[in-house]
Amino acid sequence: MANAEATNLEAHATGHDGASHDHGHPTGWRRYVYSTNHKDIGVMYLVFAIFAGVVGGLLSGAMRMELQEPGIQIFHGLAAMAYGVEGDAAIDAGKHMYNVFTTAHALIMIFFMVMPATMGGFANYFAPLMIGAPDTAFPRINNIAFWLLPPAFILLVISMFVEGPSGHMGVGGGWTMYPPYSTTGQPGPAVDFAILALHVAGVSSIMGSINLITTIFNMRAPGMTLHKMPLFAWSVLVTAFLLLLSLPVLAGGITMLLTDRNFGTSFFKPAEGGDPVLFQHLFWFFGHPEVYIMILPGFGMVSHIISTFSKKPIFGYLAMAYAMVAIGVVGFVVWAHHMYTTGLSLDVQRYFVAATMVIAVPTGVKIFSWIATMWGGSISFRTPILWAIGFIFLFTIGGVTGVVLANAGVDRSFHDTYYVVAHFHYVLSLGAVFSIFAGWYYWSPKMFGVMYNEKLANAHFWIMFVGVNLVFFPQHFLGLAGMPRRYIDYPDAFAFWNRVSSVGYYITFISMLVFFAVLIEAKIRNRRAGDNPWGEGATTLEWTLSSPPPFHQFSTLPEFDDTKAH
Amino acid sequence: MAAIAKNHDYHLVQPSPWPFVGSVSVLIMAIGGVAWMHHWTPWVFFIGLAGVLYTFYAWWSDVVKESNNGLDHTPVVQMHHRYGMILFISSEVMFFLAWFWAYFDGFFRLDDVEQYARVAATGGTWPPMGVELFDPFHLPLFNTLILLTSGTTVTWAHHALLEGDRRGLKWGLALTIALGVLFSFVQFAEYSEAGFSFSGDMYGATFFMATGFHGAHVIIGTIFLAVCLIRAIKGQFTPEKHLGFEFAAWYWHFVDVVWLFLFASIYVWGSWGVPLSHG
Repeated sequence: MANAEATNLEAHATGHDGASHDHGHPTGWRRYVYSTNHKDIGVMYLVFAIFAGVVGGLLSGAMRMELQEPGIQIFHGLAAMAYGVEGDAAIDAGKHMYNVFTTAHALIMIFFMVMPATMGGFANYFAPLMIGAPDTAFPRINNIAFWLLPPAFILLVISMFVEGPSGHMGVGGGWTMYPPYSTTGQPGPAVDFAILALHVAGVSSIMGSINLITTIFNMRAPGMTLHKMPLFAWSVLVTAFLLLLSLPVLAGGITMLLTDRNFGTSFFKPAEGGDPVLFQHLFWFFGHPEVYIMILPGFGMVSHIISTFSKKPIFGYLAMAYAMVAIGVVGFVVWAHHMYTTGLSLDVQRYFVAATMVIAVPTGVKIFSWIATMWGGSISFRTPILWAIGFIFLFTIGGVTGVVLANAGVDRSFHDTYYVVAHFHYVLSLGAVFSIFAGWYYWSPKMFGVMYNEKLANAHFWIMFVGVNLVFFPQHFLGLAGMPRRYIDYPDAFAFWNRVSSVGYYITFISMLVFFAVLIEAKIRNRRAGDNPWGEGATTLEWTLSSPPPFHQFSTLPEFDDTKAH
Repeated sequence: MAAIAKNHDYHLVQPSPWPFVGSVSVLIMAIGGVAWMHHWTPWVFFIGLAGVLYTFYAWWSDVVKESNNGLDHTPVVQMHHRYGMILFISSEVMFFLAWFWAYFDGFFRLDDVEQYARVAATGGTWPPMGVELFDPFHLPLFNTLILLTSGTTVTWAHHALLEGDRRGLKWGLALTIALGVLFSFVQFAEYSEAGFSFSGDMYGATFFMATGFHGAHVIIGTIFLAVCLIRAIKGQFTPEKHLGFEFAAWYWHFVDVVWLFLFASIYVWGSWGVPLSHG
């Protein structure tokens, strides 16, 4: 691959201008609230993502505590506390509340944790640095894309405390919000709040995507052609296109929900000529690209981390870039593999089986290229590459169960069982989240200029690795045995693996405490990270800047030089 | 950031309150929207809407000022704006895809055996039983001609602008705006004579939501052109630099093309061989 040295850069001019801490900068609250600086906005996104991740993680904690034993354990008590109901009413409210928790957990983790962390935080902060740009193309749009997220989050939280189904609080229909339960089944305002939360979060992501695509197309350093651009920038570019083109379709679908609920339209009402399956098509036309939206930036980050700590350029650079493009394109035409059980014709099912399996090809290109990058490299096992290798391992497991689920026949048995839950948590909470932590440990020394404690950070990795595998691996067994998802209770036969899974949650919880200990320890010790803590393997442009970078970097644009191979 | 010597042509935008003000307004509008839909009060919604509209005005006023100062909108920044507008229109196209999808779900899947409840409701036909359609070659054709004509007048304005003919620019824009307003009125007149209703029927839902969102875009495009007319009168466009005008024209053509698809697929194809209500 002729351009495999794409990450070899030489920056002739960096942003070390002494004036960068000069007057003229916004200070105090205005610096953030009025921000037009991609790094400040990126940090706000990351803080928001951590906050949302804690909320979403606590919701899943309540679910795991509930499922630790057969029978109803805690939700009648939670419902009694939250809504002031007693006795059987508390049990009924608790059952609904459990479903509210699954719904909110999913929406928060997807829209307010993973996406803000990857496409908000890391993409905003590092895509401009890596392509040698002084900022993003539309700084104000960048800022509103962030500031729309807290309102969206507030709307979602409000939805948990207002009436959904008659007599119960919150949206209990799952993040997919299928009608008729999201229309006639829950007439209260909770669903409307959730729909508007998604609208606002969607507008935020569309604006953020327009900003990032324009930045990457039009602000690359002189000499940096698309085929020489770092893979993280490629991943952000592809992801931003997926967001731009899929979210408006979701917006249309949930607008139809809104009008069916409030204005008497009949889009999803069969008795008036409508079609409930139409919503599933519209939802999954967005929803399937959405899962690639969550994982592709991780692919980009992992590529850099594997390359940096193997001290080798990434294997098959161009194939890696176009594999992401292929995943993005094919990702738009596989949506109905989420709908095998809705009565699709056999021909349609055959097509979606085949198209879905095709995605395994570019994904395999990525997995094997990461392995080939490490092969023969002089690997230093620092914390970021631990997370990256963990990512490859766990994402591969999730990918393999994905190939299983792609079969329409097999999916007859597995649809809506814990096998599916295990599958998508392996690709998302063990794939996407591991890539986020990999990115965090790789880039936080650059963002804050402070080095974390390696032992503590490695402990975070190992505890979390054990914890999440204990949570989710047994769920394969539960799914194979037929345990359906989204129920508060289960037969005694499922008790053992549920108990193991809950123990895994507590271990994961401890690992999150270790993560916060890492942050606090790093803040207290304040070890300076230096411009490039990773040495010769770290060749992208952000490592030519100070840590943290100046308020405005690249006041003289860097000349990109890819002739200096190492 | 006046303090830093800047050796590139990118625009480092000053801190701005409008993104935050806009976001808070959106939150108020969303809460107000739910309150209104659940018959509590419409006023919260309108307070939020006022904030959103004010944000549009103030934000874009800043952009116009930055354009007029002759410094910030360098050629590369103008290229940013072109990318941004094209991407925005792409997302709009995908939004309309959802409404066409809903329409064609009824059109093509009208007699799926597994959807027996739907078939019972529609009689297995599209349009469903009892729906009286418009004659596509009556008002809808007239409206098509209005929009196509407005496409020519906006091109006339563009060429006049490129030639430095400000009188032609203003007339071309004014005519385009007048045609846009005329379209909206004709559409309103057509709606009031519909042989089907917005609620209680899949055909009405898809028809009114698809054409209604198109109509909303016509109104937005008309406002966009009107802003350009004001800026033209103020002499803010030059033959070399007039992105605001170009984007209004792009948007107008986009709205035009959406209409052509609506006209072809809903009005003409959807009524092919079906008895019509108004001759």
